[in-house]
Amino acid sequence: MDFLSYLINGISLGSVYAIIALGYTMVYGIAKMLNFAHGDVIMVGCYIVFMMMGKAGVPPIVAILGAVVICTVLGMGIEKLAYKPLRRATSLAVLITAIGVSYFLQNSALLIFGADSKSFTSVVNLPNLQLAGGKLTISSTTLVTVIVCIVIMLALSFFIKKTKAGQAMLAVSEDKDAAMLMGINANATISLTFAIGSCLAAIAGALFCSAYPVLTPYTGSMPGIKAFTAAVFGGIGSIPGAFIGGILLGVIEIFAKAYVSSQLSDAIVFAVLIIVLLVRPTGILGKKIHEKV
Amino acid sequence: MAMLEVKDLKVNYGLIQAIKGISFELNEGEIVALIGANGAGKTTILNTVSGVIPSSAGSIVFEGKDITKISGHKIVSMGMAHIPEGRRVFANLSVYENLKMGAYTRKDKAEIEATLKQVYEYFPRLEERKNQPAGTLSGGEQQMLAMGRALMSKPKLILMDEPSMGLSPLLVKEVFSIIKYCHEIGISILLVEQNAKMALGIADRAYVLETGNITLSGKADAMLENDEVKKAYLGV
Repeated sequence: MDFLSYLINGISLGSVYAIIALGYTMVYGIAKMLNFAHGDVIMVGCYIVFMMMGKAGVPPIVAILGAVVICTVLGMGIEKLAYKPLRRATSLAVLITAIGVSYFLQNSALLIFGADSKSFTSVVNLPNLQLAGGKLTISSTTLVTVIVCIVIMLALSFFIKKTKAGQAMLAVSEDKDAAMLMGINANATISLTFAIGSCLAAIAGALFCSAYPVLTPYTGSMPGIKAFTAAVFGGIGSIPGAFIGGILLGVIEIFAKAYVSSQLSDAIVFAVLIIVLLVRPTGILGKKIHEKV
Repeated sequence: MAMLEVKDLKVNYGLIQAIKGISFELNEGEIVALIGANGAGKTTILNTVSGVIPSSAGSIVFEGKDITKISGHKIVSMGMAHIPEGRRVFANLSVYENLKMGAYTRKDKAEIEATLKQVYEYFPRLEERKNQPAGTLSGGEQQMLAMGRALMSKPKLILMDEPSMGLSPLLVKEVFSIIKYCHEIGISILLVEQNAKMALGIADRAYVLETGNITLSGKADAMLENDEVKKAYLGV
C-alpha cells in the first residue's frame, strides 16, 4: 500500500510540475526564450490566493480566479515591458533579463509581504478519499491536482488543434516570419502564449501551496526550476513532453524521498535529468528535425 | 494607376544601406522581374514590400493604399502573398495543415475548401502527400507547397523570391510553368530570380538591380537582347 500511496503522491506532485512546465515549454516553443521569471509568477499567484482567502475571506475558487486574472495580466505585462523590446536581441540578453525579472518579483514580494513564511490554507476542502477499507488514504488535494492537470492538458490540446489562435501558435513556433506572411500577428500570438502560461502558473501555485503550505517570496523558484527540468526532460517545446516529463519527475522525486533519502531526492532528480539528456539530448519527446535541404 | 508603386525606397540594416532609393511599379496582370547578382538587394526589396522588414524612407502603395508603415501580418488580407526565399514551409506540419495556414486570414469556409480543391487539382502531388510532414517533401514539392500555400490566401499579387533556387533544370521548368499558370488565372507577379534567362523569358517587364540601385529597366524581351544584360546576367 505504501508503494501505491507514494506513486499517487508522485503523480500529484508531477501534475503540478507538468502544469508549470507547460508555461516554460510553450513560451520556449513560441518565443524561443527561457522565461526564468515563470516560477516567480507562481509565487505571486500564491500570495494573491493567500491574501484573498486569508485577509478578504473570499471562497477558494474566487481567490484562484483572482490570482489567474492578476497573473495573466502580470505575465503579459512582463512580456511587453521586458521581453518584447528584445525580440531581435541575442538570446543571452533575453535570458539575463528574465533572471532580472525573477529577482525583481522576488524582491517586490519581500518588500510587500515580508520575509516571514506564511502558512497557506489548502484551496481544496473536500473529505479525503479512503480506499481498500481505509488502508489507502488519498488526500483530496492530491486527487484534485491530478484531475485539474488532466483537464488542462485536454483543454490545451483541443485549443491548439481546433482553434485559429492555436494554429497561429503552431505556425509561430515553427517559423515566425513565415507565420507573419500567412497573416498571423506574431506579437499577439507571443503575448497570448505568455497569458496562457501565467494563467496556468497561478493555478499550479494554488495547488502546489495547498500540498506544501509554506509560502515565502522564494516559494516559486524551486518548483520553477524543477518544472523547467521537467520540460527539458520531456523535450522542450513539446506539450505532451511537458506532461510526461512533469509526471515522471514528480514520481522520481517522491520515490527518491521515500526509498533513498529525502535530503538526496533533488540530487537524484537532477542526476536522472543528466542521464536522460546524455542518452537523448532532445528529451523524451523532443522534436526530430526532419527537414530536407 | 499601377497596382504596386514603390517610390524612393531606402532600407537600412544597421549602418549599412542595403537599398539606396529605388522606384518601380507593377501594373495589374503583369509579371515583373527583378534580376541582379547575389547581394544586390532583391530579397530585401520583397521583404520590405510585404512588411517583413521596415523601410527607412520612401513609400509603397498597393492598390491605392499606402502600406509603407503597415505591419506584415495585415498585408496578406489586402491581397498580397509572399513566397519567401528558401520556401519556408512549416516542416513539422502536414501538407494539408500548411495549405490551411495559407488561408489563415480567410473566413469563408466553403470558399476555402473550393480553393483547396483547385490547388490539389493543379498540384496532384500535394494531394497524394497531404498527410505527410512538409519537411519530408523534396525541394520541388516544397516549392509547389509554398506556391499552393500562397494561392490559398486568394492573392491578387504574389511576390516570389527565387522559386528556382536549388532545383534541378527539369523542376525549374515545372516551377516556371506554375508561375505561368498563376499569371493566366489573373494573378500579378513580382518575381525575383537569379536565373535571369528564365525570368526574362516569362516576364513582361524587368528591372536590373545592382548593389541597392536600379541600373536598367524596360520590356523583358528587349532586355534579353540588351548587350550589357547579356554579358552580365545571361552568360552569353
